[in-house]
Amino acid sequence: MASSELGAASPGRRIAAILNNPAVRGAVFQVAFVAVLGWLIWDIIQNTAHNLQKANIAAGYGFLGRTAGFGIIQKFVDYTEASSYGRAVYVGLLNTLAVAGLGVVLATIIGFVVGVARLSSNWLIAQLAAIYVEVIRNIPLLLQLFFWYFAVLRSVPGMREKWSLFGLFHINIGGLHVPRPVVEDGFGWVVGAVPVAIAIAIFVARWGKERQEATGGRPPIGAINTAVIIGLPILVFFLVGRPLVFDIPLFNETGPLLRRGFQAGSGLTVIPEFVGLLLALSLYTAAYIAEIVRAGILAVSHGQTEAAHSLGLRSGQTLRLVVIPQAMRVIIPPLTNQYLNLTKNSSLAVAVAYPDLVSVGGTVLNQTGQAIEMVSIWMLFYLGLSLITSFVMNQWNKRVALIER
Amino acid sequence: MTAFVSAFVRDEFVAPKPPPPSTVGVVGWMRQNLFSSVLNSILTIAAGALIVWLLIPLVRFTLIDAVWSGEDRSACAQATGACWAYVKAYLPQFVYGRYPIGERWRVDIVFWMLVIGLVPLLIPRVPLKRLNAIFLLTFYPLIAYVLLTGGHHVFTGSFLPEGLVPPSVRFAAEYALVSALIILAVGLLSVLLGKPVAGSGALAGMILGGLGLVLAVVSIDFGLEPVETANWGGLLVTLVVAVTGMVASLPLGVLLALGRRSAMPVVRLASVTFIEVCRGVPLITVLFMASVMLPLFLPEGVTFDKLLRALIGVALFSSAYMAETIRGGLQAMPRGQYEGAMALGLSYWQMMRMIILPQALRLVIPGIVGSFIALFKDTTLVAIIGLFDFLGQIQASANDSKWASPVTGITGYVFAAMVFWAFCFSMSRYAGFMEKRLDRSRR
Repeated sequence: MASSELGAASPGRRIAAILNNPAVRGAVFQVAFVAVLGWLIWDIIQNTAHNLQKANIAAGYGFLGRTAGFGIIQKFVDYTEASSYGRAVYVGLLNTLAVAGLGVVLATIIGFVVGVARLSSNWLIAQLAAIYVEVIRNIPLLLQLFFWYFAVLRSVPGMREKWSLFGLFHINIGGLHVPRPVVEDGFGWVVGAVPVAIAIAIFVARWGKERQEATGGRPPIGAINTAVIIGLPILVFFLVGRPLVFDIPLFNETGPLLRRGFQAGSGLTVIPEFVGLLLALSLYTAAYIAEIVRAGILAVSHGQTEAAHSLGLRSGQTLRLVVIPQAMRVIIPPLTNQYLNLTKNSSLAVAVAYPDLVSVGGTVLNQTGQAIEMVSIWMLFYLGLSLITSFVMNQWNKRVALIER
Repeated sequence: MTAFVSAFVRDEFVAPKPPPPSTVGVVGWMRQNLFSSVLNSILTIAAGALIVWLLIPLVRFTLIDAVWSGEDRSACAQATGACWAYVKAYLPQFVYGRYPIGERWRVDIVFWMLVIGLVPLLIPRVPLKRLNAIFLLTFYPLIAYVLLTGGHHVFTGSFLPEGLVPPSVRFAAEYALVSALIILAVGLLSVLLGKPVAGSGALAGMILGGLGLVLAVVSIDFGLEPVETANWGGLLVTLVVAVTGMVASLPLGVLLALGRRSAMPVVRLASVTFIEVCRGVPLITVLFMASVMLPLFLPEGVTFDKLLRALIGVALFSSAYMAETIRGGLQAMPRGQYEGAMALGLSYWQMMRMIILPQALRLVIPGIVGSFIALFKDTTLVAIIGLFDFLGQIQASANDSKWASPVTGITGYVFAAMVFWAFCFSMSRYAGFMEKRLDRSRR
């Protein structure tokens, strides 16, 4: 009945039936969507080409080869004002990686300490950690950065004075002055000893596991491996005749006024921009990491601890063998997210003129007017970083994810 | 049967003894929570020392040694505490920026209207949520826009021949013409689709009529003095950026989240690309892009003002984060809800509007508030592209020679931190409150 009715439908009905078909509709909508998007992009390209032509800017990355002509206050590779724009961007990229890398390490340490402290049975410690988290998380990072850089690091002594910690770390308006490690011949042996030590450690761990499975007794693998990994490089270090010396920053307290203060070329000077940015980034991110760590530990149900205890594991073993491995499964994905956030937030460097990728890129952009090229370099770097990280994280997640029935 | 009575067995319970004094009261609490072991005692003492070491300078700086009144920098030049006199002197600037003094009542009205509109919306017990939300999302932005900018935009129209209609109604005539064409097209389409013409026509008419009404209102001359956005500043800019970002990011986020879960590959690809690109790069680069690249993209002669460019950047950026939050809610909905809605014969949009989104959005309210907090903190970044938001205004005023002193800068930061903290902390508390409430209703 119904089919015969459909068959006898008027042409209008048939058109309606076709147009109401979800597949047809989807196709029509997508074609329209692509058309509108394409038209928009084409329009943008037309406008941009016209605007660039009017402003006399040649599109393309050729400008990266031209001479930059500006100085950068912190560089890990050779760079002078005569270097090219490309070199300047490279220097900025390394600076971003430096502050982000150190920031990640510091934030992790502080974050884990604070996160565990929040769960402490000691009321005062738990409250202190909670206050830290609530204060830091609710104040904009930029404000914290301004505070550290403009308020704290500008109120330290002037160039001719200093504050010292342990007689090794000195701070004044010129930055943080620390001993500079100077590598001498033969240090390669020490560096080479590290992979050897790690290989031995892996071997020991395997042997320990076999032992445990065969006899039930667990050899002190942790202690042995710690000794191997720390001990072997140190042993080599002394064997080859201590090929590392420290260049202590020289400080003149007397003499002509202009000669007082830290002597150029002695020790390692960390610029205040770096110190301020590092402080702000790591303290801020640490508050978030603390919350992640707390949530991760709380996510391991108490039954796990009780079961471990009833199997006869001691508290330390319970923590190491039962709680932490399970907590890490919950902690690591959001943790990597925070690492990415820290790296992206390091672009706030531009507010205190720390020469990171965005800051240097901004200077290049202002000098050359190559907005599209510069923004694309930024996007490529940050986007690449987050895509690589999320790819690695997905692989890792697949490996450790709970396999359920 | 008689009860067995023995002189050696008690026939009543002994009254329980009070617990040892060392386990109750303040002492007991302290023994349990502060001094339960040697390590804990050491930690407690160390933490106490840390608190004293931090708190005393803080109290001295903000209260005891602070300067509360004064006319200029001489009051604070020798101070070792906060210079609150400077904050007092600059407070109007921190709130309004360079908004003309005679016109600041307009900002006040906008601000108080926001409070009056928002507070009842946030208290779950107050009725008329729908009307309230409609006021806050439609009428309020329009009123705020007219009050803040002064309104009285002039639309000249573009395609009708000059002499055909008087210049004053040329744009209106063009608008009416285009609207009529669109309604006609919609009507034609619904005839083809076999749907009631009146329904689609009414919907299109309502949207176009609403847009026309908005255009009419912003073009009316209310006799308000126009105020350039370049003169806006302080808390005003912070709130404008934050509120616009929040209001714009929610619908955009919903669309992007739906797009990402769409069955149409092209739409899905476009949504995923947009979301991942926005989330993968820092906000600063998005703002830089909005401020240096957007002018390149537009045809010659079309310019956006700086604030609008920042607003576009912030709104697009936060909508990507919002989309991911909302997608979480969509994914948390059981399949049965989708299937049930489809079985009832609802169309895609009906299903989303009436079944899925109300439940999904409710699930992720805490997440949405979390995104709002992040957005509110991120508004400070507009200072980097040269807008004077609350923080930017404070940063700029600290170098003013009238009040320059060793403590001016730090006082400004402490003040800004207190204000931002109050905003963000109350938002996060509200999110926590909602989370508890929703949890209860689901159980």
